[in-house]
Amino acid sequence: MNEHQQTLWEFMQQQADKLGVQTMQHIGLTFISLFIAVLVGLPLGIYITRKKQLSGIVLGIAGILQTIPSIALLGFMIPVLGIGAKPAIVALLLYALLPIIRNTYTGITGVDATVKEAAVAMGMNKWQVLFKVELPLAMPVILAGIRTATVINVGVATLASYIAAGGLGEFIFGGISLNNTNMILAGAIPAAMLAILFDFLLSRLQKLNFKKIKGAVKFAPVLLIFLSCLYFIPSAYGSKLTAGFTPEFMGRQDGNLGLISKYGLKIHTIVINDAVMYKAAQEKELDVISGYSTDGRLKAYDLVVLNDDKKIFPPYYAAPIVREDALRKFPELEKTLNLLAGKITDSVMTELNYRTDYLHQTPERVAKDFLVSKKLYRPERGGNEGTVRIGSKIFGEQYILASMYTMLIKGYTNYSVATKTGLGGTKIVFDAMTNDQIDFYPEYTGTGLLAILKASPQTVTRLQVSKDSTYNYVQHEFAKRYQIKWLKPIGFNNAYALMMRQKQANELHIKTISDLKRYLERK
Amino acid sequence: MIKVEHLVKTFGTTHAVDDISFEVNEGENMVLLGTSGSGKTTTLKMLNRLIEPDSGSIAIDGKNIIGQPAEILRRSIGYVLQNNGLFPHYTVAENIAIVPNLLKWDKAKTQARVAELLEKLHLDKNYLNVYPNELSGGQQQRIGLARALVANPPVLLMDEPFGALDNVTRSKIHGEFLALDELKRKTIIMVTHDVQEAFELADRIALMDKGKIIQIGSPANLLFNPVNDFVRNFLKEQHLQLEFKTIKLSDIWEYLPEGGKKINTSLIPASSGVWEALENFKFYPRENINVLNQQNKEVRPITFDQLMAAFSKYKNHQSHE
Ligand SMILES: Nc1ncnc2c1ncn2[C@@H]1O[C@H](COP(=O)(O)OP(=O)(O)OP(=O)(O)O)[C@@H](O)[C@H]1O
Ligand SMILES: [Mg+2]
Repeated sequence: MNEHQQTLWEFMQQQADKLGVQTMQHIGLTFISLFIAVLVGLPLGIYITRKKQLSGIVLGIAGILQTIPSIALLGFMIPVLGIGAKPAIVALLLYALLPIIRNTYTGITGVDATVKEAAVAMGMNKWQVLFKVELPLAMPVILAGIRTATVINVGVATLASYIAAGGLGEFIFGGISLNNTNMILAGAIPAAMLAILFDFLLSRLQKLNFKKIKGAVKFAPVLLIFLSCLYFIPSAYGSKLTAGFTPEFMGRQDGNLGLISKYGLKIHTIVINDAVMYKAAQEKELDVISGYSTDGRLKAYDLVVLNDDKKIFPPYYAAPIVREDALRKFPELEKTLNLLAGKITDSVMTELNYRTDYLHQTPERVAKDFLVSKKLYRPERGGNEGTVRIGSKIFGEQYILASMYTMLIKGYTNYSVATKTGLGGTKIVFDAMTNDQIDFYPEYTGTGLLAILKASPQTVTRLQVSKDSTYNYVQHEFAKRYQIKWLKPIGFNNAYALMMRQKQANELHIKTISDLKRYLERK
Repeated sequence: MIKVEHLVKTFGTTHAVDDISFEVNEGENMVLLGTSGSGKTTTLKMLNRLIEPDSGSIAIDGKNIIGQPAEILRRSIGYVLQNNGLFPHYTVAENIAIVPNLLKWDKAKTQARVAELLEKLHLDKNYLNVYPNELSGGQQQRIGLARALVANPPVLLMDEPFGALDNVTRSKIHGEFLALDELKRKTIIMVTHDVQEAFELADRIALMDKGKIIQIGSPANLLFNPVNDFVRNFLKEQHLQLEFKTIKLSDIWEYLPEGGKKINTSLIPASSGVWEALENFKFYPRENINVLNQQNKEVRPITFDQLMAAFSKYKNHQSHE
């Protein structure tokens, strides 16, 4: 445990710059949106105390806004506001509205009617009643609303990193996808502390007596604006092109770190979620993105992969991996699975992925069409000489491959098939395999090397020069350690890749990552 | 001073105030008396336009109040609320200074006036910077009164100003109320449902029921010349006590024996009520009190029994008239 904390501390020290920037962005995002939410919510809350018949509608709408899942809300924002700070602020603002409007409303309607009447009776006009009586007396309740909104915003602001608005979510979600606990904690602990800190400060403000609250409330806008400005301080760099990378890509040696160390690539980079990255590239919010070379969206959004001329991305050639005892039990199996070997190129796989992910065709249909076109398809024999158990991870490409294998086994052998598709990530599906829950599934050489074998950096450097050496290495090691056999590669390489819009790449004559670097360095 | 004519206010189907008319003279203390829901508060609030009447007219100093902006009107009318309505977020000083601030008085003038009122209302200066919730009910009520009086309005409206107080505190404040010089020149309309209070404080009483004024007149008038059974029944329960309060020592002067022995220094003017004389016996048990007739400066020392005998002779005489 001690040692663990040590490493977290080291990580935070080592990443202190980034941590500082992210924390400031986080505070900034929280308070810009809070500030605007107060500007909108407070008058609206006051207004509906005057027009009670509108209160139901207004509070209803604010309530519905708050039930929209955060990711979905961020998603809705992109077509309208693009990516970056704007949509994040608007989304946060929408979440913060309800507690502010509601508490303003209940705070003001809760002011003692006799006191209000006394104010009117003494000759105050309606503005004087509002500012001298209603608002000051409702202030503790309104502050409670602002406090709730602040805590919500600190939480939701972690999701801002999905749409390239920065914040501590970069570490949190980067850490989750890299399975790096220190990175997760380096984001999560400061985020939690911010929430606790602001909650505490606002609770103190709430408990001040009326005299002091007067001063504090006057001071609040200044403080809010100052905190909001934190967001803009870090983002003062310029570059001809803007890159959007996933949090995972940001933290990997075979990702952004390699781009910096091997290529010396200096590009204005924002962190963004995979789900919106491609769309943002198409809409020219981003120029360069990280992605997978066989992703269907490559085709859907008319993007082109830049050639990795210095070979920093290890090959991710796909091949079925099978338990050796299953090969013995089903003698026909190896031959049947190898029917696909070398049949699917990168562009073919991209096309197939495009059909499932974008045209929403079923993986079965796509698999069958492909097999038919390659004249590999045979009708089912309906055999019953044992059941082969197929696994797959939880994304489209794996579903398509699993379908193809199912059809091939049913058509070429007398085995029946049980499929266990959608087994989460690598760890889950591979555990299922070593625990004899499945007989085989399609895996990638790079994943085998890095995620399963956890090869040392030296080994990685030595191997990644060529496709074959990686394949041979994992094949050898898997047989030795797990009694699992890598069959022949299917042909395509689903590796990390940098991509750009086809049109822009052509105009700028950028074909390789080195071209990109040269273009960026040109004055 | 205040002239109300054919005032009507309905809430939905409730006739809260149903065509009432009355006049209040300058410096007079008019009490609106009646059961709960009889329309007293509604009447009062129409006078400073917290409620706008459906029909009828109200004139103060001959000027129709509808003609002027409500805020300006209200700053010239003091208003004391039943539950005092002090601002919980204002200190005592700030509470009292609300109207002066609205009228943009300069600081020094306001401060002097606040201090003056505190003194008159027997409140310590140390209370200036405390918040109302740190004060007793009686103190809060006095601050409420100070707040209404601060800008020296000619008219004072009071809605059950002593309603929230216990009996002992209440009668003490009644005493102060009657003695306060600030109030002597003011035209006051006070709402209460407490018959005793009405009889102690009123110059005239308007007895209301179901939105109408049943009888309007001096306490004695109501007590001895009730216009109908409603008025009679309304006062019946406390009739004797009210008589003690209404009948003055001067009224029964002729029945008080002469030539008693003066054995202490007490002195009570004949303009006081019998009630007050009875209360004096609390301090001088089994002894005499000395009644002073201001007109001829004659002093008659009397005992408790002699006082009660004179009272019943007077009553007997009254009923045979
Ligand atoms: N704002 C209102 N809306 C509806 N009805 C009202 C309103 N104000 C008063 N009323 C009704 O008008 C009638 C007279 O009310 P008002 O407050 O004048 O009585 P009150 O004599 O002051 O009674 P209390 O001694 O209980 O204070 C009551 O029946 C009351 O319910
Ligand atoms: Mg009332």
